[in-house]
Amino acid sequence: MREIKEYTAGEDLIIKTSVRLLVPFIQLFGLYVIVHGHYSPGGGFQGGVLLGASFILLALAYNIKTSQEYLSIGVNALFSNLGPAIFIGVGVLCTVFGGLFLDYSALDLLIPLGPVEWRSFGIFLIEVGVGLAVMNIMVLLYWNLSSGGNMDEGL
Amino acid sequence: MKALALLATLMTGALLLYGTRDFPAWGDPQSPASSYLSPVYIEQAVQQTHVPNLVTAVLGDYRGYDTMFETVVIYCAGMAVVSVLRRNREE
Repeated sequence: MREIKEYTAGEDLIIKTSVRLLVPFIQLFGLYVIVHGHYSPGGGFQGGVLLGASFILLALAYNIKTSQEYLSIGVNALFSNLGPAIFIGVGVLCTVFGGLFLDYSALDLLIPLGPVEWRSFGIFLIEVGVGLAVMNIMVLLYWNLSSGGNMDEGL
Repeated sequence: MKALALLATLMTGALLLYGTRDFPAWGDPQSPASSYLSPVYIEQAVQQTHVPNLVTAVLGDYRGYDTMFETVVIYCAGMAVVSVLRRNREE
């Protein structure tokens, strides 16, 4: 049992170096997919998965501790709650300004951009919320499942 | 008990399969969804939302309520795993 543990794939110079080089580009692409969801295939779910995968890749190649230096447990917990809160908050804000739930054109009273532009921008706001939620829940699921809940060793 | 569960599963499956007989044919242009709903999205979504990607417009605006609960489902999955597995280091 001990021998198997010593030959884990993570402790490898090639894997570590290539992951270190890849992660910034994966994160940049994830942000692009979220932001460019209005014009090309993509959006909050896909971009969030890409962003989450970059941190999971770090945790796989190094260890969970290393990935927690870049995304701490507290920030992760905050963002995974903030994501759905942004989505539902935007919806509630629409009702406060006199529209229906998630009818973004009502937010025109808050900042006058025009009702049509607000529908476009409201979609962007909720995509950000979805992206935050998906990214952080993905990382949270990996951390907990791979370490059995104590969030230190991992695979 | 297992036989009963299997029987219930099979009966539910048969009922659902029987229900699909009333569906319109795959890709039928005369079906209600294709003749009323989809043309409205295709003709008006860009004017109404200024989003060139119709999938995003339907997902984020027209079907925003659905997308909200998709997010909540992911959130619930995360919270369920945390509440079952997570424990503090001192223990």
